[in-house]
Amino acid sequence: MTGVAPAAGPGLGVLEAVDLAVAAHRDDEGPLLEVLLSVQAELGWVPPEATRLVAERLNLSRADVHGVVTFYADFRDSPPAVHRLRVCCAEACQARGSRDLVHVAERRLGVGLGEQTPDGRWELDKVFCLGNCALGPSIEVDGATRGRITAASLDTAIARAESAGTGAGTGAGT
Amino acid sequence: MTVTLFVPRDTSARSVGADDVAERLAACLGPDADVRLVRTGSRGMLWLEPLVEVATPDGRVGYGPVTVDDVDGLVDAGLLEGDDHPLRLGPVEDLPWMRGQQRLTFARVGVVDPLSLEDYRTHGGLVGLRRALAMTPSDVVGEVEESGLRGRGGAGFPAGIKWRTVHDATSATKYVVCNADEGDSGTFADRMLMEGDPFTLIEGMLVAAHAVGATQGYIYLRSEYPAAAETLRTAIDIAYVNGLLGESVLGSDLRFDLHLRMGAGAYICGEETSMLNSLEGRRGEIRAKPPIPALVGLFGRPTLVHNLLTLASIPMIAVDGGHAYAEHGVGRSRGTQVFQLAGNLARGGIVETAFGITLRELVEEWGGGTANGRPVRAVQVGGPLGAYLPADGLDLPMDYEAFAEAGAMVGHGGVVVFDDTVDMAVQARFAMEFCAEESCGKCTPCRIGSRRGVEVIDRIIADQDRDLNLVVLDDLCEVMVDGSLCAMGGLTPMPVRSAIRHFSEDFRRPGTTPAPAFGRADESDRHADRHPAPAGAMTRSATEGTQ
Repeated sequence: MTGVAPAAGPGLGVLEAVDLAVAAHRDDEGPLLEVLLSVQAELGWVPPEATRLVAERLNLSRADVHGVVTFYADFRDSPPAVHRLRVCCAEACQARGSRDLVHVAERRLGVGLGEQTPDGRWELDKVFCLGNCALGPSIEVDGATRGRITAASLDTAIARAESAGTGAGTGAGT
Repeated sequence: MTVTLFVPRDTSARSVGADDVAERLAACLGPDADVRLVRTGSRGMLWLEPLVEVATPDGRVGYGPVTVDDVDGLVDAGLLEGDDHPLRLGPVEDLPWMRGQQRLTFARVGVVDPLSLEDYRTHGGLVGLRRALAMTPSDVVGEVEESGLRGRGGAGFPAGIKWRTVHDATSATKYVVCNADEGDSGTFADRMLMEGDPFTLIEGMLVAAHAVGATQGYIYLRSEYPAAAETLRTAIDIAYVNGLLGESVLGSDLRFDLHLRMGAGAYICGEETSMLNSLEGRRGEIRAKPPIPALVGLFGRPTLVHNLLTLASIPMIAVDGGHAYAEHGVGRSRGTQVFQLAGNLARGGIVETAFGITLRELVEEWGGGTANGRPVRAVQVGGPLGAYLPADGLDLPMDYEAFAEAGAMVGHGGVVVFDDTVDMAVQARFAMEFCAEESCGKCTPCRIGSRRGVEVIDRIIADQDRDLNLVVLDDLCEVMVDGSLCAMGGLTPMPVRSAIRHFSEDFRRPGTTPAPAFGRADESDRHADRHPAPAGAMTRSATEGTQ
């Protein structure tokens, strides 16, 4: 595991995060997805320990919980970097040059799609559609969508995120 | 007198600096200015964003696109009086783009403060709900049947049939579920409505609940739309506080609870049965039909599942009656459709108009051709599963049946334009790649077929037994169409086959190495350039990275 992100959020361990999430959603119909989203919002990822605890608390099998965690792209099995850059790779942004933009982003950050920088500052990924299809190519930096992106405005977006300090790049974009 | 300024809070507007513009405006005017700054949704003229409006005696005057650097000059030039400036567009309602539309579903988007119930009432909100609550549920269903409204999510299934089925079903609990998992590229109308006029959706769901006898509602929203989630959450809270949700809605016997549920990054959850599984907290695998969700839906109960735009069309139908709504449109495509112009277009955005407008009118007249001035080469309509149409095939009326006859689909009304640098073999490959990545895995033709599809297209591009592989690809497409359980695998061949049919020359070029998936072309390239390079150094031509 590379990166500086701690195994759990500030002051909150896996056990507490799971208990909080379960308490918040205990009365929901079909609570598993909600619980997992809450756990990830708190911890930044879903550690294996959380899978076990969630299964226990909701009286489900670990296989059920593991199956859900692995089905959805948003759930992470490793801690996030401080900042996250996602480049929209769906058709409308392809028509505005997102394939080239991916190359630019890769060179800027020095990593490929789905990778983190060795110092754990940045991770780069693709996303299929941010709903900004008339103003592409689009990116998402720490959860905020940016449109009409050029190589220069990509740099600005990265610099802005850096100067804003800790990112909001964790979780499911919520 | 207080001057009212409007700056959109819509994600698209914010993506190009609307927040910075609003902030600068406030700073520039100072704390003592007698100005009210309202953050609205977007008018849908997205190429003009950030679009700043000021209320004047002659109506709301627009300025755009406004950058932060323009703000001081605008204020000096007399923005508050609606005075002249190079960015001044004139009264927004009189702009040809706005005047030419028939905004029914989007009537309030960009106009009102999305989170002001007072604004909502002032602009005709809740009239439909009051009228519906005074009618019997069966009569409300009758209005929807008469309206001819069809599902706006893509399939175009007659809404009235669903409503009647759920209405007639017997169950202690019934659900109304709104599908806001707007994953198709080129579509953003759901998002804009949620961010710009969320009460319309809530009102539509309330009318539906009354009509079919539902007490519980869910909105299933994709995680890529955090701003929409925030707006919806607040709108739902406001609705509860004001007696619109919960016990005895507006003093009637209707009880309706509405919950917002977030997805977790799965395109397939836009398929209705997959969405139901996801709402139940399961893997978003699709369910075989029958049983239909109208009878055995969420948690096994009768469930009215609709796309967000379908439900948001309901308040208007409830106000004026189904007959008035059916006056719009052509053939069996009644009412209006919210078209979304996207991709490489000079003027992208929302065009709500009656069915029957041609694709050429949308692309050339409304969209103004490509943004970079190159010729239009291909247009994909209806999302990643929709057909690619050639530039000489755009004289097609936007009508479910006309599109079906042409081997295409209207879908959710998204129109994505490509210029002449597009390589259609690469786009065909992407269709298969996307299916492979997003398939739920339940059925073999989709799960395995899409992977084989990528490989076969790679061989075609590389000119390995090209003619034979084109036959294999067509065969594979047939299997996927006939053998897949849902539209994901069943429709992925549509973009692939339409690309081959209309752009066969792209599949006949000298053999090349298969196009890389997104990202790095090769490893040597990758490690040669570990350190960030200066801006502009790696700008490539539009096609270099793809072929």
